Amino acid sequence: MFTLTTEAIDTQSLQERLRDNRAGALIIFEGVVRNHNEGKDVKALSYEACESLAKAEAERIFAEAYERFDIVKCLLVHRVGDLQIADAAVFVGVSAAHRDQAYAASRYIIDETKKRLPVWKKEHYTDQSSAWVNCAHREHQPCT
Amino acid sequence: MAATTGSRSRSVKVRYFALLKEERGLAEETIETRAESIADLYKELQARHKFALRAEQLRVAVGDDFVDFSSPLNDDDVIIFVPPVAGG
Repeated sequence: MFTLTTEAIDTQSLQERLRDNRAGALIIFEGVVRNHNEGKDVKALSYEACESLAKAEAERIFAEAYERFDIVKCLLVHRVGDLQIADAAVFVGVSAAHRDQAYAASRYIIDETKKRLPVWKKEHYTDQSSAWVNCAHREHQPCT
Repeated sequence: MAATTGSRSRSVKVRYFALLKEERGLAEETIETRAESIADLYKELQARHKFALRAEQLRVAVGDDFVDFSSPLNDDDVIIFVPPVAGG
């Protein structure tokens, strides 16, 4: 399941949704807003997404994860809108019978999300400037 | 392939996000174009609106599917130019 939300991510209830009697491992990854990036002091972030395309791409990532790894459930939630330092920006949850597959799938989902999900991040710095991350100097990673 | 004067006009919707949305000043527009491919359309829009991002920095989707820049344009396509993503 994939969700975009303007509300704080409720990690507790998401974690409960991953539980399953077949699953002996449950891995949670949270991406959190930190106060610095590439040498600049960050005071806040804004996220924007293309919801229709993000949903379609998340479903493709999930399908790949189910095909590659022996997992029971996976969840992905991404915040949009204005976030403060220490807010959770992204949540990835995976349950699986065994931990190896849960760890691997969690890593796969967050890595592909960062490479492929149509979500954009604007950093607001303490010096009052702001910038869209990756738009000045980085190109898309090739998708495999 | 460059758009030729003889090519017929198509009506497509273009959606903008992030830096492109700021530079264009709006989130979407329906445009009439004689561009035959998505690459030609981006060239046309980039020249008109002075977009800073080069086509090589973008991905592009039609509807819910990512496609090649060389893809032909069709009437009523919804085209999403995807600036470098930065989720997570």
